[in-house]
Amino acid sequence: MTRLNVNPTRMELKKLKARLNTATRGHKLLKDKSDEMVRRFSSLIRENKRLRDEVERELSETLRKFSIARSVTPAYRAETAFSMPSEAIKAECETVSVMGVVVPKVKLINEKRSGGLPYAYSEITSEADSSVFKAAALLPKMVELAETEKTVRMLADEIERNKRRVNALEYVMIPQLEETIKYIKSKLDENERAAVIRLMKVKNKA
Amino acid sequence: MSSGKMAIVGDGDYIMVFKAVGVSAFPAENETKARDTIRKIARDYQIIFLTEELARPLAEFLKRFDEQPYPLILSVPSKNGSTGHGTELLRNAMERALGVDILFNS
Repeated sequence: MTRLNVNPTRMELKKLKARLNTATRGHKLLKDKSDEMVRRFSSLIRENKRLRDEVERELSETLRKFSIARSVTPAYRAETAFSMPSEAIKAECETVSVMGVVVPKVKLINEKRSGGLPYAYSEITSEADSSVFKAAALLPKMVELAETEKTVRMLADEIERNKRRVNALEYVMIPQLEETIKYIKSKLDENERAAVIRLMKVKNKA
Repeated sequence: MSSGKMAIVGDGDYIMVFKAVGVSAFPAENETKARDTIRKIARDYQIIFLTEELARPLAEFLKRFDEQPYPLILSVPSKNGSTGHGTELLRNAMERALGVDILFNS
């Protein structure tokens, strides 16, 4: 490991010792942070997987059904029928901080609007009705999935960044500081010994 | 805080089903169109669903949205079923963060 380019003086030694102290403490803190983030990440990713499997299965089925139903309805009718939302699911978008990472938090507020479908039953086939209901039921899950997935991705980025910091401290910064401190100490000791010897020699001559 | 609007971008009429539940639907035939649409609506909509067929070629473009909490962009399967793109993204994130696969290797 390379040592830092500093003068071997007592002043520098003191400064470096303080820096080493800070670096060690920072390293410990960051490592703890990393551990906790990984713990949260692994539980989140399990949750995410479960949600995604569910959503993928149900959503593709719903869309397929609707696609079939849609193809037997004239385009202009379908257009007007589905333009009016039957349920307004409102989303409140907030952010929370998970281990210092600002992640999204969505709250859904379901506002049922007069119940039932927004069009006359005669216009649209019943398959379409059922897929609309299904889509409405599925939407909260999809929003939840979107939220977890974003959180997972942001957390993954942060874990990666944090790991780099921890490694930089552990394998570069701290060894470098330790090496430099050792060097300065030996240099100072050497000087001291030299001074003692010089004094002895001077005394002997006199 | 602020209320969020939802949108879905997909490659066909079938996304209209979400219009009936209060999600704005934006049809986009190809990825260029989808990219333009997303760029336009990213400010106004907080939650955007995107079908996998469009999300896959746009993966690089979508990465830039990972920096801020909003908008949430979620790739969802289309009527043709899942292509595994979402799972792939998940696995990517996991491998980056943990270095190992804890979900899919079993």
